[in-house]
Amino acid sequence: MKRWSRRAIVSVPYFWLGLFLLVPLLLVIKVAFAEAARAIPPFSSLTEFEDGILAIRISINSFAVLFEDTMYLQAFFNSVVIAAGATLLCLLIGYPMAYAIARAPAHQQSILLMLVLLPSWTSFLIRVYAWMTILGQNGPLNNFLISIGLISEPLEILNTNLAVYIGIVYSYLPFMVLPLYANLVKHDLRLIEAAQDLGARGLTTFTRITLPLSKNGIIAGSMLVFIPAVGEYVIPELLGGSDTLVIGKVVWQEFFNNRDWPVASALALLLVLALLAPIVWFQRNQDAVR
Amino acid sequence: MNKFSKTMLAVGLAFLYIPMLILVIYSFNESRLVTVWAGWSTKWYGELWQDKQLMAAVWRSLTVAFYSATASVFLAIFASVVMVRAGKFRGRTLFSGLITAPLVMPDVLLGLAMLLLFVSSTQAFGVPTERGLFTVWLAHTTLGLAYATVVISSRLKEMDPRIEEAAFDLGASALTVFTRITMPIIAPAIGAGWLLAFTLSLDDVVLASFVSGPGATTLPIEVFSSVRMGVSPMVNALATMILLVVSLFTMAAWYVLHKQSKRAS
Amino acid sequence: MLTTLAARKQSAALRDRTLLTINGVSKYFGETRAVDDVSLEIRQGEIFALLGGSGSGKSTLLRILAGFEQPSTGSVQLDGVDITALPPNLRPVNMMFQSYALFPHMSVADNIAFGLKQDKLPKEEVQARVESMLKLVKMSKFAKRKPHQLSGGQMQRVALARSLAKQPKLLLLDEPMGALDKKLRTEMQLELVDIIEKVGVTCVMVTHDQEEAMTMADRIAIMDEGYIQQVGTPVDIYENPINRMVAEFVGSINLFECVLGDEAADHTILHSEALDRPIYVGHGFATDIDNREVTFAVRPEKTWLTTEAPEQDYNWEKGTVADFAYLGGHSIYYVELRSGQIVQCFLANTERKAERPTWDDEVFISWESDSGVIIR
Repeated sequence: MKRWSRRAIVSVPYFWLGLFLLVPLLLVIKVAFAEAARAIPPFSSLTEFEDGILAIRISINSFAVLFEDTMYLQAFFNSVVIAAGATLLCLLIGYPMAYAIARAPAHQQSILLMLVLLPSWTSFLIRVYAWMTILGQNGPLNNFLISIGLISEPLEILNTNLAVYIGIVYSYLPFMVLPLYANLVKHDLRLIEAAQDLGARGLTTFTRITLPLSKNGIIAGSMLVFIPAVGEYVIPELLGGSDTLVIGKVVWQEFFNNRDWPVASALALLLVLALLAPIVWFQRNQDAVR
Repeated sequence: MNKFSKTMLAVGLAFLYIPMLILVIYSFNESRLVTVWAGWSTKWYGELWQDKQLMAAVWRSLTVAFYSATASVFLAIFASVVMVRAGKFRGRTLFSGLITAPLVMPDVLLGLAMLLLFVSSTQAFGVPTERGLFTVWLAHTTLGLAYATVVISSRLKEMDPRIEEAAFDLGASALTVFTRITMPIIAPAIGAGWLLAFTLSLDDVVLASFVSGPGATTLPIEVFSSVRMGVSPMVNALATMILLVVSLFTMAAWYVLHKQSKRAS
Repeated sequence: MLTTLAARKQSAALRDRTLLTINGVSKYFGETRAVDDVSLEIRQGEIFALLGGSGSGKSTLLRILAGFEQPSTGSVQLDGVDITALPPNLRPVNMMFQSYALFPHMSVADNIAFGLKQDKLPKEEVQARVESMLKLVKMSKFAKRKPHQLSGGQMQRVALARSLAKQPKLLLLDEPMGALDKKLRTEMQLELVDIIEKVGVTCVMVTHDQEEAMTMADRIAIMDEGYIQQVGTPVDIYENPINRMVAEFVGSINLFECVLGDEAADHTILHSEALDRPIYVGHGFATDIDNREVTFAVRPEKTWLTTEAPEQDYNWEKGTVADFAYLGGHSIYYVELRSGQIVQCFLANTERKAERPTWDDEVFISWESDSGVIIR
């Protein structure tokens, strides 16, 4: 490639990403250090000219608010617990699924994988909405459980944390299965035969050979579920109750309902900082696979 | 392990599909109360068709999705070439960081950040004059760019560089090699990337809620605000239509890709 | 030196005992018959090679011995015990896999210890055995390495150590040299045989490389289309092939379509359309009267090339040099006969500056009365 054409090719996406991603993210940092104000937009300016002198006003007020009110830390804690629990559930359900697909006859694999992935291509919003019907007081799940005599009173599932778990597992399960499948299908089956040949039984072969070899797939799948689940807004909003306090909802409320943009920005920043470790871990793992 | 995993696969697939099936069935419920069955009816589809506001939102969403998906893949082709072929250049780390950021950052943060950009820009330069479909398009293009780049760059990485070298060796110019050799080879990935960006845009609530303005509500915003009030039979009908269209679309795309990959191998 | 000699003598004495009996084993995959009614007896301490092309069924037979495949019919007995239905993890049989199948996440020592740990041996014993195995294959220095840090030859030693660690009654080798380059191959073949003989384990190997089979094995079975064509020592197989398939599969050979002529107890006369003179073979040939069509086969190195006509009345023919290749130790000549048939012969390059025939030269090919064999 010639130098100038290379530069041109690099600069097109670079310009776009710089303008519509880097600058906005820097603005979030800026606003987080501003103070809320009754103005349009509703925050103070960091720089001001007073008598020809440039004054810079940085406020850590919004961060102070976050640590003073335990509600915010509680929301953080809840988000991480729910995301981690849902990730574990996804792993427990998704691993055997991925395993079954990877060991299915070659011509069936692609269609089975398509069946698992198809839901993730259809509307996320609508799939979450479907659970509102199912889990409701008079919904099909309660009706079914009553009709088989397991319960006599309808269960309160919708608008609880349980519903949030169900929603997250349901929505993100395909993202767990895909990397696990990609890993498991690459395993050299002779390794399993070698283990059997050396006297290992089915379970030993699995725990000593298959499971350690799929470590990278487990990390990738878990991160693909955990990272978006921590910041999730739609699922807790629709399926959770008013007491389901998670960080995505709090950011939204601070922004739209309280119109406290600096606090919302500061919260979002903390959220990214909290996710930085798993994101970096995920990236490293991806690079190691390549 | 084999028997257990096969059972789990069946259970998992049932778990994935039964809720959608229930949704479809309930969309044909005569009753206004969603969860009370009162016989089969298609009346909600009729009402859906009559709902001008909803139909306008459908059209707006399709338009935005089409344009943002197109812009996304256009930019993603450049970005993929940069990621896979440009080698080392100054700011490469920042570039790859930015391109993966939308994949790992929470929607609320992205939406917030984009809104701050538009607000500040209006304040400082007077553009954009108002928030609407144009700002949604900008946000969705950025989101789609990241996802489409993953798809296209992985295909580009798999491609044997010797094929391009052979074309250079036979006297083709860089542009010819790209348009006549590289593009046709990565075409399926470009198609898949477009489709991914299209469905992402069609599905996004959070980003659109932040950056759109009054009079520019997209379909997901419309659905989301009515769903927050609770379930409704008309939304069931709408959801069924969306599921039907998207799954037909996806299955067709999968079929084409499947055929192509079979031919390639 | 003395000890190995004694060991060899002892193992030679044991060799009369049959260790493995394969009884009429067949294996079908749907309609295809991968293994066709194979019966074999393999003696204690011998190295036995299954030689055949791809799709000959040799690998399937090996996998049946390991327990990864169940035979459709027939049985397998090891040391007097029927092991046909035994799963692979319960058989006293271990396999060295093609391209080794070393566990990539375990160190060399852990790979070797894996099988021993399955038997729940005490820790000290596992460690002692691993150490002695590492010593046996000269890999003690590499115990802590991971497989990807090893060369091809080193990986093979580890794989061998892993499969020998449990002291199996039967060792299976699946294309043992398949992943090595040519030079290393010859070296490792001898080393492998050395180790196997030192341990004294009975060994069945699968290979498509006849040189490998001949270098390593005491006896060879030639397989084709799931069927065993011939079993014998390398000399047997090479010098006395029983049919065309075996003759053509092992080494190169010149074949002449013939009709039986005079028969006697001490000689046989054959007539071939390709040759002006009859073929005289120095032994009798048992045949039924009805089918008098046979094939005469003679190896290129036993086919002599001369520039002057031989004096006898049989076993020679005139031809022209169609092509030749100088290979250093010897040259291969392709001689075209009057009939158009091309005959190969090897000419040993014993003199540095000898005059050698070249293209279109008139030459004579001939062979001795006991150089060739008659096959069906």
